[in-house]
Amino acid sequence: MSWAADHVGLILSQTGTHLFLAIVPILLGLIISIPLGWLASRYRVARAILIPLGGILYTIPSLVLLVVLPLILGTQLLDEINLIVALTIYTCALLIRSIADALASVSDNVIASANAIGYRTSGRFFAVELPLAVPVMFAGLRVAMVSNISLVSVGALVGIGGLGQLLTAGFQIYNTPEVVTAIVAIVVLALILDGLLVVIGRTLSPWAKAARAGATA
Amino acid sequence: MGQGGKGGGDGMNIGSFFTDPTNWSGPSGIPQLTAYHLYLTVLAVVIGAVIAIPVGAFIGHTGKGSFLVAGFANGFRALPELGLLILFVELIGLGVVPVTLALVVLAIPPFLAGTYSGVNNVDSAVIDAARGMGMREWSILFRVELPIAMPLILAGLRTAVLQVIATASIAAYIGTGSLGYFIFLGENTRNYTIMLGGAIVIAVLALVVEGLLVLVQRLVVSPGLRSVRQRRRVVRSSSVTPSTMDVETAGGTSSS
Repeated sequence: MSWAADHVGLILSQTGTHLFLAIVPILLGLIISIPLGWLASRYRVARAILIPLGGILYTIPSLVLLVVLPLILGTQLLDEINLIVALTIYTCALLIRSIADALASVSDNVIASANAIGYRTSGRFFAVELPLAVPVMFAGLRVAMVSNISLVSVGALVGIGGLGQLLTAGFQIYNTPEVVTAIVAIVVLALILDGLLVVIGRTLSPWAKAARAGATA
Repeated sequence: MGQGGKGGGDGMNIGSFFTDPTNWSGPSGIPQLTAYHLYLTVLAVVIGAVIAIPVGAFIGHTGKGSFLVAGFANGFRALPELGLLILFVELIGLGVVPVTLALVVLAIPPFLAGTYSGVNNVDSAVIDAARGMGMREWSILFRVELPIAMPLILAGLRTAVLQVIATASIAAYIGTGSLGYFIFLGENTRNYTIMLGGAIVIAVLALVVEGLLVLVQRLVVSPGLRSVRQRRRVVRSSSVTPSTMDVETAGGTSSS
């Protein structure tokens, strides 16, 4: 792979852009999905609207969103915002459902116990219910993270940066080593971040070891 | 190939895309491109199913190699669609073969994961009962496990179809005559109206196909599985309840 050796700087800078474009939507998606997931777990009407809406948005291909969003947001076709918004939409579609399911599965006994100790509703949510939702929430986060990293490369088709740029450049001059380098870099990036999320999820939910073994089976 | 006869930069009159007769006829008209897009999708999904469902059923039934499924499903989700398409074109050349190959690779993981978890999640008490009635392994697989696994297999089908429709659009970048054609034509001629029109046609196709698959799912799934809650009420007193819930959880996560 002498191509990769000769282009370390380019690969690293595109990896940085790629990482940024994949992670920002995860953080935004998390911030948006926690309140909406709570709504969906609490109110049947909210669930009946949010979950199907997420399903419909998830159905729309990324290339389509990248073309349509500039019209809705008033941005340029080349603007990174379009990709960030598109991936945030997919992240929310995945996370709202898993957060709602996770919150709904917190046992009534746990909530009654928390009330008995003196938690108020908001304190109970952040100290008891949300932490208990972490394992399921992180399962959703992992799927979102890995597919985001793969989807950022679609942005190259409308001129947005990231490792996808190596794919389109490698296609234009039929430079197969460049294409292979980009694919390997994207997969490795995804696996590293996936592993990182596993570690973070376990650190945040040390009690859940046994429960996790049951849930992922 | 019909350029649509439109110039004039970002003339934002999307109606003109759909009323322009050149976009409705010939090899690069909407009907023709839709048909080819669907042809590519069906081809890849069928080949993917033929490969992945037997393997998933075998692994789920015997439990051999289940670690493969977990690693495979996650690792393959990370594969960039665009990268696969370009790589196969550079290795094989232009044409329907490299595109189909890339689409098949993307269709396999959802089928594999769905079939495996569907079959694997079947209650062991149910299988014991089938065995106790004298059913052989093959009929247990075909008449008990696969029907019970059907909701998850169909969830896998939906994911696979979605993924393949999206990637087939991207394949227009490498010259495949799919509905993505308009997006790249518009991009190259700096005509946003054409791009937008193409995007809308793809979105409609994806939503219609998804809607049809949801309908199929309702029709095909055995009535006995339709309401897990109802089933749980029946089996509440027995020890089967936890794994009934497993099926429900697994169904929920993979259909999202």
